[in-house]
Amino acid sequence: MSESLTVSRPPTAAAPPRRRPSATKRKQNRAAYLFVLPFFVVFVAMLVVPLVYSGYLSLFESKLIGGEVFAGLNNYVRAFLDPGFLSGVGRMALFLVVQVPIMLGLALFFALALDSGRARASKAARLLIFMPYAVPAVVATLMWGYLYGPDFGPIAQVARALGLGTPDLLAGDTILGSMMNIVTWEFVGYNMIVMFAALRSIPTELYEAAEIDGASQLRVAWSIKIPAIRPAILLTVIFSIIGTFQLFNEPSLLNAIAPDAISSAFTPNYYAYNLAFINQDLNYAAALAFLLGVVIAVVSYVVQLGAQRGERRERNQS
Amino acid sequence: MTRIEPRAAAPARRAAGRTRPRRRYAPERRRSLLLTLLLWLCVLYFVLPLLWLLIASTKDNADLFSSFGFWFGERFSLGENLVTVFTTRDGIFGRWILNTVVYAVVSAAGATLLATMAGYAFAKYRFPGDKVMFSLTLGAVMIPLTALALPTYLLFSSAGLTNTPWAIIVPSLVSPFGVYLMRVYAADAIPDTLIEAARVDGAGEFRTFWQVGLRLLAPGLVTVFLFSLVATWNNYFLPLIMLNSSELYPLTVGLAQLQAASSAGGGSQALFSTVITGSLVSVLPLIVAFLVLQRYWQTGLATGGVKG
Repeated sequence: MSESLTVSRPPTAAAPPRRRPSATKRKQNRAAYLFVLPFFVVFVAMLVVPLVYSGYLSLFESKLIGGEVFAGLNNYVRAFLDPGFLSGVGRMALFLVVQVPIMLGLALFFALALDSGRARASKAARLLIFMPYAVPAVVATLMWGYLYGPDFGPIAQVARALGLGTPDLLAGDTILGSMMNIVTWEFVGYNMIVMFAALRSIPTELYEAAEIDGASQLRVAWSIKIPAIRPAILLTVIFSIIGTFQLFNEPSLLNAIAPDAISSAFTPNYYAYNLAFINQDLNYAAALAFLLGVVIAVVSYVVQLGAQRGERRERNQS
Repeated sequence: MTRIEPRAAAPARRAAGRTRPRRRYAPERRRSLLLTLLLWLCVLYFVLPLLWLLIASTKDNADLFSSFGFWFGERFSLGENLVTVFTTRDGIFGRWILNTVVYAVVSAAGATLLATMAGYAFAKYRFPGDKVMFSLTLGAVMIPLTALALPTYLLFSSAGLTNTPWAIIVPSLVSPFGVYLMRVYAADAIPDTLIEAARVDGAGEFRTFWQVGLRLLAPGLVTVFLFSLVATWNNYFLPLIMLNSSELYPLTVGLAQLQAASSAGGGSQALFSTVITGSLVSVLPLIVAFLVLQRYWQTGLATGGVKG
């Protein structure tokens, strides 16, 4: 991510030519370090140290006899042969391919629709679509759990009134879809706001030029707006990938109302939690968490690389 | 490039369209009924669940089961439900609210301050190692919390800090995305000349930051603060693993516990309406915060979004 995010450095931040530091320069350097220091102390303590510790833990095994013993990469080998972990990762891959495009597609559609200024009361619509983001995932899941429920859930009530019977939205084969819906509901608004904010900052001269050329609204959206907010879209894609592989709240809460549909390994994160805190298998859980981090980093990196390549190709063509 | 504020940009664009006489046909300036309808139909999807929550919290348990979800029941029980929410288990719900507010506000204030100072330094100073440190920060955005939560728990546990508020607050102080946002924002919002002028006037670097920088960074500050606030307020995973006494729970963990009790309890179904009303109570503060402060955070995001 670092590369794509830093390409467009604002001009004010351009580095002046470096010379031998003068007294004032030294004073400024000291100030700069002092500004950065508090963040970095916490950063190292809360991110770097745990990460390294997690990697360390994952290399050990806890045996009934002999306690902690060095296991090398055993835990990782075990993970690759563990159907629970693999099915969880597979489920999340499916989630990624189905839910993320739907969510981001909707977000982009709303952002473009609101930016076009053609809909009435669009400011109110924008805030209402964003509102679910402020709802804790716990509450969102509880709420949708009730909405899905067969007893007093309005979805079942409406279906029954229409003579369709009671749909079981919490069964083994529907619950992943039901979960996708919850996550979509929660995060479309956030992604929309990020894209909308980017759209608002496109210089207006671009539109004027397109207007003189007689480009239609759709054409402007496709050829100017979407390419212009590409970095913002990429950001939402990366955040969605990270979010997907970390799904925890939804499965762990739905488990209370649909225990048969949600296994302890439903998502990798939920699995790691169960291993660590229920099975007390800390080392294996650390290995899974670490592996999951690697999966996320690799997928995000590949997506980014693809996006950059696409951008370069486009630049070369024009 | 100068900062284009969303609010300022929109009317300017529209006005420019109106004053230009040579364009005869300008469909993009017209309101479209179709788009309005489509958009507001979609809005229903986002609003209906919350509306259901609002209506359901006015019902007692019997009405929940016997009445239609989107209409009121026989009795209007919102008051009773609220009383139940705040009196169950010696009023522990109030305690949860207080905990949540303390955790979220302290974490968000701390995270915002740290991110602002770091972002300001990255934007306005060139110093050895700045690029490396900034890339490191950005890379950290990608680290999954999962990979961190477990070792963090073990580290806190060996330091004797689990089951204390610090276990929630300290890990929430790190906001790599906040640093990124503040860097972009500061680069745009604070002219270098202003800092130079402050220096010429003899102000120290810190005084310049406090008196000149912070004032100009207000929308960025609000943005980072609100998003950090949401992150801590809505966090479930971290408090779930770190805390085990329910007096320390935030709303999320408390509600989940109530919910587990209500679905496991079978007979004690009085809890359904309590969970629903409790959910409503826990949702309102953040929604209000976003609505009241929307001008600021949307401006803040707009700048961050451009360069993103």
